[in-house]
Amino acid sequence: MARQDKIPEVDIIIDHEAGVIRELPQPRLQSRRRRDRRANRAIYTVLVIISVIWLAPFVFLLLQSFRSYLTEDGGMVNYLLPKAFSLDNYRFLFQDPTYIRWYTNTLIIALFCAVFQTAIVLSVSYALSRMRFKGRRFIMQLMLVLGMFPGFLTMIALYFLLKQFGLTQEGAVPGLILIYTASSGMGYYISKGFFDTIPKSLDESARIDGANRFYVFKRIIMPLSKPIVIYTILMAFMAPWGDYVFASYVAFGKSDSYNVAVGLYRWVNTQDYQGYFTRFCAGGVLVAIPITALFLMLQKYYVEGVTGGAVKG
Amino acid sequence: MCPQPFFSSFPRGLDANEEVGDGMADLEYLSLGRGQRRLQDLRRWLISLPKRMGQGALRFVRGLAGLIKKLGLDIADIGQTFVKGDWKTRVSFFIMGFGSFARGQFFRGLLFFLFQAVFFLYILFFGGAYLAKMGTLGTVETSRQGRVTVYGDNSFLILLYGILTLFFILAFLYTWRLNIRQNKISQQILAGGKKLKYARDDVAALADNQFHKTLLSLPMLGLFTFTIVPIIFMILVAFTNYDYTHQPPGKLFTWVGLSNFRTMLSAGSANYGDTFAQVLFWTLTWAFFATFLNYFLGMLVAIMINKKGIRLKKMWRTILVMTIAIPQFVSLLYVSRMFAADGLINSYLISWGWISKPLPFWTDGTWARITIIIINIWIGIPYMMLIATGILMNIPADLYESARIDGANALQTYARITLPYMLFVTGPYLLTSFIGNLNNFNVIYLLTGGSPLSLQLRGNAGYTDLLITWLYKMTVTDSDYKMAAVIGIIVFIITAVISLTVYNMIPSVRHEEDFQ
Repeated sequence: MARQDKIPEVDIIIDHEAGVIRELPQPRLQSRRRRDRRANRAIYTVLVIISVIWLAPFVFLLLQSFRSYLTEDGGMVNYLLPKAFSLDNYRFLFQDPTYIRWYTNTLIIALFCAVFQTAIVLSVSYALSRMRFKGRRFIMQLMLVLGMFPGFLTMIALYFLLKQFGLTQEGAVPGLILIYTASSGMGYYISKGFFDTIPKSLDESARIDGANRFYVFKRIIMPLSKPIVIYTILMAFMAPWGDYVFASYVAFGKSDSYNVAVGLYRWVNTQDYQGYFTRFCAGGVLVAIPITALFLMLQKYYVEGVTGGAVKG
Repeated sequence: MCPQPFFSSFPRGLDANEEVGDGMADLEYLSLGRGQRRLQDLRRWLISLPKRMGQGALRFVRGLAGLIKKLGLDIADIGQTFVKGDWKTRVSFFIMGFGSFARGQFFRGLLFFLFQAVFFLYILFFGGAYLAKMGTLGTVETSRQGRVTVYGDNSFLILLYGILTLFFILAFLYTWRLNIRQNKISQQILAGGKKLKYARDDVAALADNQFHKTLLSLPMLGLFTFTIVPIIFMILVAFTNYDYTHQPPGKLFTWVGLSNFRTMLSAGSANYGDTFAQVLFWTLTWAFFATFLNYFLGMLVAIMINKKGIRLKKMWRTILVMTIAIPQFVSLLYVSRMFAADGLINSYLISWGWISKPLPFWTDGTWARITIIIINIWIGIPYMMLIATGILMNIPADLYESARIDGANALQTYARITLPYMLFVTGPYLLTSFIGNLNNFNVIYLLTGGSPLSLQLRGNAGYTDLLITWLYKMTVTDSDYKMAAVIGIIVFIITAVISLTVYNMIPSVRHEEDFQ
């Protein structure tokens, strides 16, 4: 985009085939410009409509979170704007020990995952990208095949394994950290793709100077890989906030071990959501704000990771 | 320079350089019309299919023969080592690590010995009993004698620990072989008058030449315990009758062969076949629409934002990216409520007098399916927009310039330059995205939970259930583990078949150099 922007509006054209510089006929240029302007106007209209559609649910969510469940109505109503602006829902959440518990649970899981998962993903992708050893291809093929099994297939077996270690119900938080982390090596593709692009000559010259592999990893590759490290941390941190399936299964019936996703899902679906709907909205807003802020701050790295991954496959 | 369109290169890409057995010359082929060429491509592809399958089978047989040969050589090598070995080596055949220990490699020797000790203790006091019952998965049922519950066999544990024990035995065999090779090598090194490696060298190597072992051991252990063992366990469960009527520790379950697969795939009121067909059909439809609608619409949005002269590019992108940033359980749960019978959309439409009773967004099968696909556009476009933006910027600007001089309009430039380039580069992405959508649990579960349910569907399935959400329901709601396992295996097969077939057709895999 940047490159295209810098190209000036040309009135002359270099015709490579004829080897001459031609001037575009003026009237045609003018009509082209007019047509361009009309096209841009249409595009702006479409973009504005899209933006409205994209943002509307979030604005609605925010608006409804300001409707008091005490003085107005905590359920679903047939109007959008609250009759009176109120912070009752937020006040309730900050005083409700269960919601605070869910929130801290999720935060703890996310922080630990960000550390452990990143360490594992980077280790695996570094080993598979930079080193050549027996069994390397086998490991890659194995992970490819394992990735084709649906993730929830193993739910009961995992539940049982965790139960053996006492990591379900009361121990769901460490249990979930363990599950999320244990298999995270399979998500090595994107960072391996990144490591593959760092020239190998860097490693080799350092090793000739007497550095061992560990030193090369720590001092040479890691500093060059800041974007992918940040991308990995971001992904690892964000995933636990949205996990409902494993979180609800492992924490089964123990409200103290829920994460926000499970807790709020309960509020909307199984409990009397007519009473809890606005509180769900407020709870959702409280989750969405920090995550969204973090994401938008690090958006650049996310885009790099996603595009790199899509192109390399 | 001009790239081939993605779809046109689909079957032709396979045998463009191969000898084709249909007697048609290249020139003849080129003289055909566009549609006829596609037909011809398909024909060639079909003709070459048996040949390629045959080649695959041959490769498999050769691989197997190679493996057997290698195993034979290995056994011969073990024998040789024993015959030529000194007494230290020979004792190591029975007491692992003895040779290493006797030659001064205390650390290695100790590790070998400890492994052997642990293995024998495990088999003797724990694993052996479970392994012995693997054939029946237990025979003694839990019973109550008076007030006391007498626990019998636990089929679940037998299966799980049986698998673990089998793996342990394989690991032991491998380590035993390693121990013997160690002895052989050590003997040779000493005979050559050189020095052996000691613990210090071993540890140093872990940070250098053997660094991959340091890096991979923990991730692989995690993968083994929490992915490989559970997957094998569940694959085996598909061949048992493990469900809520056979739940350990109260009840036993046992092997039933292929009968679960028969129940899943055959028609009739006692079987799941009709429901399965219905769910599979919807899963594939859903994945198709979710992938391609998002793909093209996302690309369109990216092109619009990227167009020269459009301002605030960053702002438009940020607005779209909001749906990625906000956790799905917040956004999707909220949107699902918006479309509910008493939700915002319906109540506003009613209060404006446009409709008299709520639209059945979630209560009618077809409505629910369409609504889901449309809402998924809201979630899915931003990803594609980001990816397309990156790729669009890489398309050489002079391609567009020359197209413009040649008088191509916007649609032609799109069809001849943008689309082929995009399809070429994002082929792998399309594949992963299709597979991802086959298993797109979150969107379905958070929006509808699979409903509306129907009496015509069995196994608690609803109209919007994908195979994966059906699997989830069977596990969590119905405790019908055997059927869940069957679905899991079927999903695996579908994924594998689609991946392998498409992967071989994607031009960016086959013609990596074309665009560089």
